[in-house]
Amino acid sequence: MNKIIKFIKSLFFLEILKGLKITGQKLSKEPITIQYPEEKTPLSSRFRGLHALRKYPNGEERCIGCKLCEAVCPALAISIDTEERSDKTRRTTKYEIDLFKCIYCGFCEEACPVDAIVETGIFEYHFERRKDSVMNKLDLLKIGDMYEKEELKDRERNKL
Amino acid sequence: MSDYKNFTMNFGPQHPAAHGVLRLILEMDGEVIRSADPHIGLLHRATEKLAESKPYNQNIGYMDRLDYVSMMCNEHAYVLAIEDIMKLDIPERSKYIRVMFDEITRILNHLLWLGAHALDIGAMSVFLYAFREREDLMDCYEAVSGTRMHATYYRPGGVSKDLPNVMPKYMLNKNQNLDQVEKLNYNREGSLLDFIESFIDRFPKNVDEYENLLTDNRIWKQRTVGIGVVSPERAVDLGFTGPMLRGSGIEWDLRKKQPYEIYKDLEFDIPVGTEGDSYDRYLVRMQEMRESARIIKQCCNWLKTDNGEYISSNYKIAPPDRDDMKESMESLIHHFKLFSEGYCLPVGETYACVEAPKGEFGIYLISDGANKPYRLKIRAPGFPHLASLDEMAKGHMLSDVVTIIGTQDIVFGEIDR
Ligand code: SF4
Ligand code: SF4
Repeated sequence: MNKIIKFIKSLFFLEILKGLKITGQKLSKEPITIQYPEEKTPLSSRFRGLHALRKYPNGEERCIGCKLCEAVCPALAISIDTEERSDKTRRTTKYEIDLFKCIYCGFCEEACPVDAIVETGIFEYHFERRKDSVMNKLDLLKIGDMYEKEELKDRERNKL
Repeated sequence: MSDYKNFTMNFGPQHPAAHGVLRLILEMDGEVIRSADPHIGLLHRATEKLAESKPYNQNIGYMDRLDYVSMMCNEHAYVLAIEDIMKLDIPERSKYIRVMFDEITRILNHLLWLGAHALDIGAMSVFLYAFREREDLMDCYEAVSGTRMHATYYRPGGVSKDLPNVMPKYMLNKNQNLDQVEKLNYNREGSLLDFIESFIDRFPKNVDEYENLLTDNRIWKQRTVGIGVVSPERAVDLGFTGPMLRGSGIEWDLRKKQPYEIYKDLEFDIPVGTEGDSYDRYLVRMQEMRESARIIKQCCNWLKTDNGEYISSNYKIAPPDRDDMKESMESLIHHFKLFSEGYCLPVGETYACVEAPKGEFGIYLISDGANKPYRLKIRAPGFPHLASLDEMAKGHMLSDVVTIIGTQDIVFGEIDR
């Protein structure tokens, strides 16, 4: 009896029809494809994308040149020079991140005691020349200015 | 007529079915494989050597990049080794989080394996369905750690961040109206745990879907049944672990045999095969996904009722709370010490292993008392599997080599490391 059932099953391609039924059902379902760039997938508030250097609300840069981020960076992507400013505070004169070396581990953000270096949610960027991959302090501060609002929102959400 | 000779052929390293950068030298007698010689090393990044030059914590990120489809499991073995040398006890909550993400990783890995394996053999649609589910799990990764793949999430002493209470949501855009966006967001209203739970509730049905497409399918069976048979004795001799070993009928799973974290409190079964062929290994892996879903469910239930610490409060190895660090001098000193020099382990050596999706992933760690490993040896499950390729492929046809590579679930990040 089992043999006959097996024979009928294989004669009428039953198992293939079973599979085709599933693909057939998907025909009438709404596609799950995301039409990037118009539509985007959700982005976590913890996302680790392009770096930025933040400023205090009064416009003073946060980074105090403690070099913790440089020390903790596993890819040795950060290099910093510091100097004392005329008002006797220490600030960086050079702050560079090589984005080709960076592995986006997020340790620099974790290490920074004054929340200066952060990894933003920006993930769509490109370089046109090879040396553009090394972000200097001005670039980073500019991104920080641009991104400050989102960053504050992300911080709020992370606290929840 | 006697001057017909065997033909030597290069398979890979650019072949789409070679799973990364595998280079195979095949000796062919017509269509039949006489010998297969895998050449490795094209993805060698010297991770073991690199680890010797960096403080312990900084290596976590490099562990992700070994087996880049089961990221958190690799980290897990590494942090277990460190905790083992330190004899460190970690909070209960972090154990559950780790186990939950280990199992999410297992599903992630098996889904990719299923999709790629089916695609290699010629079934396209399974790949698309598998990636639909993978996307949700990647979202869990992103919500908790901030990246979709290379999480750098586990830390000695626990995990780096607690589970988030909100899930990221789809945003309104010019293609979709509010209704459509809300429909996409239906399971993202609650916390991450709610999201995971809703995934786990529908996941068994998705596995049924894959099984309907493949399990009885005659083409699938013709391509996998009786291909790459390994007897139980040979499987042990060759050093197989994970589904490769269980497919041959040996019930060996580190989660049961030497339970780490909280696996001994959880309920799950270990599926084993009988024949040791590619089809059985497929069945084992499918069943493993269902078991993983069961484990995740139990972890979810536990985590929902718990509000404990997610990382150890021993500030010598785990950073103090960020708000504390800005207020208290002592915390700040700990913070600076930890992120610059790191911490020193006592002199000693250990071997810590986890049941990664592919098999036993182990870290052998020797510490000479410094803040970086003296020696780190990685035991990758894929290596012994690949080493058996010659034995498994001999006598089969050329097209079966693709099946065998697929069934071994080769990933070059961990083999070449
Ligand atoms: S994300 Fe990691 S690798 Fe990149 S700069 Fe920061 S510490 Fe270095
Ligand atoms: S960015 Fe932060 S960690 Fe890096 S030097 Fe500046 S203050 Fe220190």
